[in-house]
Formats: sequence, structure tokens, C-alpha cells
Amino acid sequence: MRLAVLDKGHSFGAKLMFGMIRLFSGQRVVDAVKLVMYRPEFYGNPMKRITHEAMRGPSAWSVGDRELMAAYVSKVNGTEFCIKAHSAVAGRAYQDDARVSATLADLDTAPISEPLRATLAMLGKLARENTVDAGDMRAVLAAGASRAQVEDALAVALAFNVTDRLADAFNFAVPGPEAFASGAKFLLARGYR
Amino acid sequence: MADITEARKGVVARILEGEGKASREQRKAAFDNAGLSEPLRTLIEKVAKSARTVTDQDVAAVRAAALSEDQIFELVVCGAVGQAMRQHERGLAALAAAAERV
Repeated sequence: MRLAVLDKGHSFGAKLMFGMIRLFSGQRVVDAVKLVMYRPEFYGNPMKRITHEAMRGPSAWSVGDRELMAAYVSKVNGTEFCIKAHSAVAGRAYQDDARVSATLADLDTAPISEPLRATLAMLGKLARENTVDAGDMRAVLAAGASRAQVEDALAVALAFNVTDRLADAFNFAVPGPEAFASGAKFLLARGYR
Repeated sequence: MADITEARKGVVARILEGEGKASREQRKAAFDNAGLSEPLRTLIEKVAKSARTVTDQDVAAVRAAALSEDQIFELVVCGAVGQAMRQHERGLAALAAAAERV
């Protein structure tokens, strides 16, 4: 973590919670949690409302689909922490890690639905080029995604285009697979609130 | 459908208009990635366009320019949220344009 305040500057209550997490999960608190728990009234609390609604709110996309979008956007952004974190959640939600790794390895041949494939391609372009055009969106709609599904996917991308930037700018440490497995279990049970 | 309209407004209002250690002018400039002076300009440009290339030196330079860690925290958050919001708006605009002609 690049800023010492994000690593060690938390309130007494937050530090107490970190101790409890460590006690019950056997894992150190990951930097993503440290970020949202630092001065949470400034960033963490208002941002969690976007992330939770995008990832767990009502949607025609499954939770696994949305976690896969989070992992895919993070892959395009090159953010290792978030790729691993959300691949773990998507794999657990789908009960299919192979589908997740195949999608991240090669979108064109991945065993996923056409609407999801086209949506991921559009989200990838948006992350990479900072913009998309009407033609890109027509391709997604033509592949069978509804307008509401595209809006839901854009909400997921918004959350992770913020989070990925912060993970990279603040240089989140990347823990081992046990930490991500434990995090995935928590995020599936509780969401992002 | 998920509805993030109010939550989106809430984040932007809080980070730009709420209490902070950095000035509101500076937070807005970081959000817009416009009108900043060095070395903050370089840090926020990287946060917006290629966050994975941010280095310890980029952050150290801003700290050496007398910004506190709390101010850097706020300004990096504003830079990240600003760029992601612009991407989101462009996505929604493209969708609206596509839906009109379907």
C-alpha cells in the first residue's frame, strides 16, 4: 500500500474489526478492505452503495456473470488484485473455475452465452479506449443483450473502473489464493455493503 | 434492473462538495483531470489513463510538494472516480444512440 494512512491510519473501531476478521478467517485483511475502511464517510461508504447495487441488485445477469464482468474489466485494466479477487468470486458463484479462466484467456472461444460475450467485449473496449460508440452498442443488442442488461453491465464496469484505478494507484498487495478464496466466500454471502 | 442513479450522485457530491483535507477546487480539478500543476498533474493523469503505471516516485513527488497523505488519498479518489464516471456516461450515451435506431 503506497500511502501509510491507508495501511495503518484507521480508526480504533476499524482496527478492532480487522483483528476480528483475522481471528475468524485466519487471513490478514486485504488492501481492498483497508481502502474502503479508511475515512469511510469520504469514499468507502458512498462507493459501496454503487458497488453493491451493481453486483447484487436486481438484474437479468446472474451474480456469476457480474463477477465475471468485474474480473474481465480488471484484466483489461491490468489490475492483478481485482482479477484474482473477482475470478475467485465468479468461479465460486458459477461453481466453475474453468469457465472463468477460459473467458479471461480467450473471450472469442470461451464457453459463455453470446450476449455475455458481446457485453464483455464492449466493456473491454470501454476500459481500454475510454469510450464506445453506438455501433459497439448495436453489436451487443444484436447479440441478444437487452438494453437493461447493457445498463447493468455499465454499472458493474463503473464500479471496477474506479476500484481498479485505486488498486493500482495505491499498489494493493496481492495475497495468496487462500485469501481470495476466503474473500470470495464472504462476498458471495454478504455482498459489498 | 439495478439502479445506481442516486448512489452515483451521492459519491460525486460527497467527494467534490463534502468536507475534505484537499480544497474543493483541487478535488474538482483532479476529478476533471484538468487544470492541475506538477507534480500532481502527472499523478492524476496516470490515475485516469494508466493507473498501473503509477510509481512510488510519482506519489513521493506529490508528497514532497507539501501535500499530506490525506490530501493525496482524496485527490487520487477524485481522479479515479472522475475518469470512471466519464467512461460510464459515454457508455450510456452510446447505448441511448444505439437504442434510438433499433
